[in-house]
Order: sequence, then structure tokens, then C-alpha cells
Amino acid sequence: MNATIVEDKTSTEAHAYTPGLKVKKTTTVDKTRRLPILGEVFVKVGDIVEFNTVVARTEIKGNPEILKAAGVLGVEAEDVPRYLKKGVGDPIQEKEIIASLSALFGLIKKQLVAPFDGEIEAISEVTGQIIVRGKPVPVDVNAYIPGKVVEVMPKEGAVIETNAAFIQGIFGIGGERHGRIRIAVGSPEEELTASHIGEEDRGAVLVGGSMVSMEALRRAVDLGVSCIVVGGIRHTDLTSFIGEEIGVAITGQEEVGITVVVTEGFGRMTMSSTTFELLRHFEGYQASVNGATQIRAGVLRPEIIIPHQEETSEEVDELSAGMLPGTQVRIIRQPYFGAIGKVVRLPVELQQLESESYVRVLDVDLGTGKIVTIPRANVEIIEE
Amino acid sequence: MATLRKPTEEMAYILATDVGSTTTKARFFHKKQGNWRFLVAGEAPTTVEAPYEDVTMGVRNAVREVEELTGHKILSSDGEGIVVPYEGGMGVDLYCTTSSAGGGLQMMVTGLIKTMTAESANRAALGAGAIVMDVIARDDGRQTYEKIQRIRSLRPDMILLAGGTDGGASAHVVEIVELIKAAEPKPRLGVAYKLPIVYAGNKSIRPKVRELMGDEFALDMVDNIRPVLEIENTEPARRAVHELFMEHVMSHAPGYTKLMKWTDVDIMPTPAGEGMAMQLIADTYKENVLGVGLGGATTNVYSVMDGRFVRSVSANLGMSYSVTNVMKEAGIRNIIRWIPFQLDEEDVASRLMNKMIRPTTIPQTLEDLIVEHSVAREALRLGLAHHRTIATRLKGIQVERDIASMFDQAMEETYVNMMDIDIIAGTGGLLSHAPRRVQSMFILMDAWQPEGITKMFQDSVFMMPHLGVLSTVYRDAAWSIFDKDCLVRLGTCIAPVGKAEPGEHVMTVNFEMPDGRTVEEVIYFGEIKRIPLAERLDAKAVITPVRGFDVGGGAGHEVEKTIMGGVAGVLLDARGRPLRLPEEEAPRKELLLKWFKGLDLYPEESLEELI
Repeated sequence: MNATIVEDKTSTEAHAYTPGLKVKKTTTVDKTRRLPILGEVFVKVGDIVEFNTVVARTEIKGNPEILKAAGVLGVEAEDVPRYLKKGVGDPIQEKEIIASLSALFGLIKKQLVAPFDGEIEAISEVTGQIIVRGKPVPVDVNAYIPGKVVEVMPKEGAVIETNAAFIQGIFGIGGERHGRIRIAVGSPEEELTASHIGEEDRGAVLVGGSMVSMEALRRAVDLGVSCIVVGGIRHTDLTSFIGEEIGVAITGQEEVGITVVVTEGFGRMTMSSTTFELLRHFEGYQASVNGATQIRAGVLRPEIIIPHQEETSEEVDELSAGMLPGTQVRIIRQPYFGAIGKVVRLPVELQQLESESYVRVLDVDLGTGKIVTIPRANVEIIEE
Repeated sequence: MATLRKPTEEMAYILATDVGSTTTKARFFHKKQGNWRFLVAGEAPTTVEAPYEDVTMGVRNAVREVEELTGHKILSSDGEGIVVPYEGGMGVDLYCTTSSAGGGLQMMVTGLIKTMTAESANRAALGAGAIVMDVIARDDGRQTYEKIQRIRSLRPDMILLAGGTDGGASAHVVEIVELIKAAEPKPRLGVAYKLPIVYAGNKSIRPKVRELMGDEFALDMVDNIRPVLEIENTEPARRAVHELFMEHVMSHAPGYTKLMKWTDVDIMPTPAGEGMAMQLIADTYKENVLGVGLGGATTNVYSVMDGRFVRSVSANLGMSYSVTNVMKEAGIRNIIRWIPFQLDEEDVASRLMNKMIRPTTIPQTLEDLIVEHSVAREALRLGLAHHRTIATRLKGIQVERDIASMFDQAMEETYVNMMDIDIIAGTGGLLSHAPRRVQSMFILMDAWQPEGITKMFQDSVFMMPHLGVLSTVYRDAAWSIFDKDCLVRLGTCIAPVGKAEPGEHVMTVNFEMPDGRTVEEVIYFGEIKRIPLAERLDAKAVITPVRGFDVGGGAGHEVEKTIMGGVAGVLLDARGRPLRLPEEEAPRKELLLKWFKGLDLYPEESLEELI
């Protein structure tokens, strides 16, 4: 390599490669609730909404089905229209006769019947096919968080705003739910087991510590727990719980009867004390939770939103805030996985790791009297 | 269209970027004393997704790193662009970029028969740099309603519609057009624009296709991809896909409208740039090339065999976002079999899941590095297996078969035979960043098992896509940089094909080294030996395999050849083909360790600590 490298210099700012997960006690949360296609919006700016308030509704076109009319009737494609009892745009009912052919004084009878309620969409004289479409399917979008409508996108949806605590997890399964927060373990190091969960937890958002056991997951589903928030989960447990191995992380659609939010990672992982204490602070509050995760450049992480009335602290421009000496970071890879510390130094020059790679690094004070050198790519900023 | 701001011969600085799914990589080139060279690299996280949703932010950050490292100012003072041309000590003369961010170009293709027109359409889309989400054909084994559900659930950027030879089947092709129309596929980016469709099927039904689709889709008609069964004509379709990619897809991706104004050359999908680089190697050496781009989300495999270029993309085989999918498809045991020390399955699975959820992290410890290298072998193995299903002979035509081949029960479908491959070239973060170059050579050898004599190359710091796009407007500069700074000669692999018992003699190699020395190596079955021969040096070799072993001249036949040196040297690989690892754990680990130590693959002291 023929690189010109500026020697012996310390940069004043750097950008963490992994976007930091947000753990905020008080912030303004805006949720855009949008229909997949245009429809009707039921709320107006200033309206107060609850978790389940329907904000907007639309109808998605029903499923089409292609009927091979020429084949069924045993005629040429261009002759199909002669036997039709319905035209394009006509409504149809299940089992209704769409086309029929009678020959040899009624000895031969062939009929084409409607597979479902709907309408005739197209008739092709080239292929002899008829396309029928089922009835439209209604789709509702609810508010998901209680709050105030601050913006309405005509025919599309609305933005709901609330004052809340906001916690992002690293990985989750299951979709949007809500429930009352209960801290089920004594400390962030403790594992959430089946014995921690009781009848009174129906509909709750249960907070565990470092891991959730398979038995605990099963019991939680049996008892109707709404959501589990936990530091870590075993790969084998997750696989057997959802019934398949996760290949690419696009989650949120699993129908497993519960939403799970993992805050730290896979394996036994002590929940960050900041996250645990924040959840404990709001024990008894109602929270909105979504496990949906899509990991492409950190686009979508699972979230816990706890609406409350405590005062809003001043907002910081998160996008421009880089990593500086003093920034609090979490180490996200071996050998110091999970450790939290403060950035001491950001040397510009590349440094060699144990793996022998030369990369840009930073020095982190772990607060235990130990300063360690970590690749810049292996930390995330803790945003509080 | 390229609009150069200066004649190429007057240029002094060039900037190229690749906006990857994870990282945006800037490469800075400079002409010094008449020679174009690579100067420095800058990297930053890609910012195509929320909350940023502006790809130029990542580009600016990567370029800022180049500025920081060189002191050369490139960004305009308001940060809203690249200063072009170079003047008064700042700016560059040319800026170009490739992109695979936000999932790259995602396509669906259709054809009439799965193994004929649909297969040709698949190859054309792949050749244009697309990820093919699904191939719909009349005989793909799915019911009509299943196909409709599938099409409705996909949100492609574009559809390539093929089917029928010119003047051939028509009603069945219209059936497929009707199927697509009924399913009403919606474009992935934005709901406000029409989904682009390229029709490359039977010419005689064009009016009908236009009547059915003209209003609801952005329809483009090109020459038939299979005008007659014996000919595959993918180029017009490939060109149309590329144009529509710029016109419709890129202009709807966050920040790309801005980025398109910054660049002097059309933005190209990363795999298309990478493919051009692979073709540049094949053109220059006039040999058969098998290449790979092992990325974070996908694995692209390229073959150039007797001038025929084919690309495959395994959309969910990769080293970061898709790392757990490699584990899922290969099976965790197949990953663990390459690790010479004790790690239990749950531990390895957790590491990979943690890499997947935090895809930009890198291995700090040797243990972690070896785990990633093990995954890479499996991703490459699966990627090549996939490639072989695409790099096939044209089906549906009569092949003359002699008596011998009639008795051959399974006539090979693919023409990618390792003995016919002269060059293997690798790129992508893991290979380019391997701390010792011999590691990437060995990973490629384990995964692909080259046969006979194979030259091995790799990308130095991941700039093949950059040079690929640059080569479209300034081939001389691209090749100069490619040759001097990008293409690392790893060395040559000499691997006899055959089977024997461990310890049996399989070949003798007599080298005439560049300094005039002669070296004789006697190689036994099961061993692998490294002969130092520096980069840009050659040695003459006479390779004599024993009876039953073949190094390219036929079983037992001697081969005389000039052997290329490289940073890893010449690797004499007598481990047999196919390479088999012992089933039992202890002997397998012992054998791996012997190979690793013999090749000086990893720092020995740290490796010992892991055992």
C-alpha cells in the first residue's frame, strides 16, 4: 500500500460504526402510523388517542385467481366469451356459475363456477383465462402509543406524539403489543426462569435479567404475558421457540404469542444497568413494545416506549454527535463484550490487534483501573 | 452518461466510492510521474437507511477520512459536493461510484420454461448486477395462486419478462403476462412511480404485451433473450436493466438524486463493477477466471470461461448481515469442522448471531478471526455450488454425444470444472482484510478446491468495483492501478487430482528458481507445502504426478509450466480432491493444526494458546 498517513495525531471526533442504541428516560416520541396504500384517516390534529384507537383504515384489493375457462369448457380461447354469463366488472358470489356450456341436447354440460365472492376483473381471448378477484380486505392502523395527534397525512395516516421513556433493544421477535411493566428478577444479572412468572402476569411486559430460559418463554406464552424484555437469549432456545433458525434478521412477523426484546445480544448477557434501572423506575407503567428488527445499516431495532408525564429534558442533535474523549461506550465484541467505559483517546494511526489486523482504534477506560484498546468498529455509543 | 470535466490525459486525481450495504468505501488515486497509483482509503458507515436516509452523508464521511489522512481537500466548502476538477491544490478530476446500498438492485424474472427462457432471463439479470428474488416459470412446480401470492409479497425494483422464441409459443407467454398483471406487483422504493418491466420475449406478441401492461407499468421492449433456442442473447436485456436502474430505481433511493449530480459517470451496481474487474483480468491474461466478491450481505461468484461471462449472486450468503444464514444453510457442524480448537456449538452460534445483529464489528482476537475464516470457507463453498447451477450449458438444444458420453450416467450440467480454471480471484472485506495474505489463499483453496495449476489473486484493499466503473471511462488508469496496487498476486496452487492413502507419494516438482537454483519437492498424500516465490517473480516447474494423479496433462502425465510467484508463494496441495476432513474430532483438529502451522497461517504462539 502506498498510503500517505499523517503520523502521530489524535482525532478529536470519530463516528461509531454501530449506531448507538437509545436508552432515554424522557424524550418526545413521534410515531408515524401510515397505511400501506391510500385510505381514510379518522383522526385530526389535536385528538387524544389510546393504544388501540383506530387512526386510519383502507381496503387492500382481494387476492386474484386465474380461471382457465377455455380448458374447463373445452373450447378455443377466442370462443370463451360466447359462453360467459358475466362480464368484466360484474360481481360474483362463491359457487355462482360464471360460464356454462351445454351440448348434445344437454347430455354434455360444463360449468365454470366462482371460487369466492368478488368480481370479474379480466377476460382474455388470447389465453382463454378469466381473472377473478376476491373481496377487498380491510386493514386498520391503530395508534400503537397513547398520545396526541400532531400531524395528519391526508389519506395516509397520522403522527402521534407522546412524552415517554424510550429504550431500543438489539434484537427482537413478535410485533406491536402493550402491557404493564413488571420487574420479574432481582438484578440485571439474574436469569428469568419459569418460577418468576405467575398468573398475575397476564398481559404484562416482564423484565428479566441476563437471559430467559426456554421454560420461562413457554410459561409466559401459556399465561398470556404480553412481552419479555431480557439481556440475552440462547441461540438454540430462540430456534426451538420460533420453530426455525434465523437466517437474515428481518423479524416482527413471528406468531409465537409473545413479543421478546433482547437488549444486549446472544448468550448470557447481563442487561445494561442503565436499561434495567430505567425499566425499574417505570415499573407499573403501561408500555408499548415492538420486537420488529431489520438489520441493514441499523435501520430497525426493537423498542419499548413508556409514556409518562415527567418533564422532557433538552434534546441533543443525535445525528451530529460523534465519539469524543469522555463519550460513554459499550464494547460489543470479544474479548471485552458487554463492558462499558469512557473513551480516553482516539489515535488516528492504525494499530495492530491480537488478530494481527491493522485498524483504527480507541482507548477505553473501563472504570476498573484498566484502559483497553478496542477497534473503533467494536464499540457503540450509549445514548442517554 | 459520462461527462468528463477534463481530458483523461490531463487528469491528476481521481476519487471513486462504493456505497456498500454496510460501509461506504472511498478510494483516492493519483497520477505520479506518469503512473496512476492508489493513494489512500477512507471508510464510513453507509447512511441509506433511517434515521439518516441520505446516502451522501456516508460518502462525505468516507471522503472526509481521505482528507484527514492526506491533507488533500476534496469536499466543497459547504459539504454539498465534490470539487471537480482539481484546481489550486484541491478537488479531483473525476468522481465515480458504485452502489449496493439498500439492498442493491432487486429483480424478479420470468420465462416460459424454467430451464430455458427463464434460465436465460435469470443469467441476464444477474449479469446486470441484480439480486434475483424469484424466477417465475410456467413449469416451476407452483400453482398459479402460489405464484400470485409470491409476486404480491415481493417488492422488486424491476421485472425482466422473457418467454418464447421469436415466432414460437405465444399464448403461454401471454398467460404469464396476465399472471403478472393480476398480481399487481408494487415497486420497493416509493408507491408513486410505475414499476419498470423489461420485455425480452417472443417479438410477435409485443402488441399484446403493450396492450396488457402499457398503462400500469413502465414498459421497455428489447430483443428476445432467446430468439431461437440455440442462441442466448442477454446483452440487450442487460443494457435495458442498467438504464432503468439509473432512471427509475436509483432516482428513488434516499439521497441518490444528489449523488447522481456529484458523479461524472453513471452510478453502477457494485456487482457490475466487480464483474468488469473480473473480465479485465480474463482479458489481460487471456485465461479462464473464477472470481468471488465475498461481501457482508451477499456472495457474488463470477466465471469467465472461454470468453463467456456469467455472474451468480447468493443474496443471503455473507459475512455480516447474512452470516447466520450461512450457518443455517451450511449447518453449524460444517463451520466448526474448520476450527482446530475446542468451541462448542452454542458458543459459535452466539458469536455469529452477535455478529449478525452488530454487523460492522471486526474480530479483535485470533479465536474470533479463525471462526470468521471458517464461516468464509462455507459461504464460498455454497456460493460456488450456486454458481454452478447458473453457469450451465444452454438447455433445450440437441447436444451431440459420443458413445462414451452416452454411458456417462450424469452428464455434467455446469461447465465450471476446477481443472479448466486458470485463475482464481477474490475480493470483499474478509479476504481483503485477512491479516496474512496466505490466509485468504488457503481459505479460497479449502472452499473451492482448485485442481491442477491455478494462479491465485486477490483485491488488496477492496477496490475492484471502483476500478471496474473507472474502466468504463478511463481504462488505462484503471488497469495501471489494478495491476500495481489492487491485484495482489497471492501465488500459485498446484493440486494433483486423485486418491491415495495418507503418506503415499503423489508427485514430484522440480523448480528452476529465478536465481538459477533448482529445487526438488517430493510430495506425499495428505500434505500441503509452501514454497516461497516472491510476487512478480516466476519459476519454471516440471511437475510429475504418479500414476492415477492429474495436474492438468492427464493422469500420470508430466506438465512443464512457468509458475507465478506471490506474497503467499507456491502451495503444493496433495490433500486430494475432493478434500475430505477426518470425521473424528481429534484427528481432524490435529490435521488442521498441522496444515495451519506448516503454512504459517496464524501467529503460532497465539494459536498454541487456543489449543
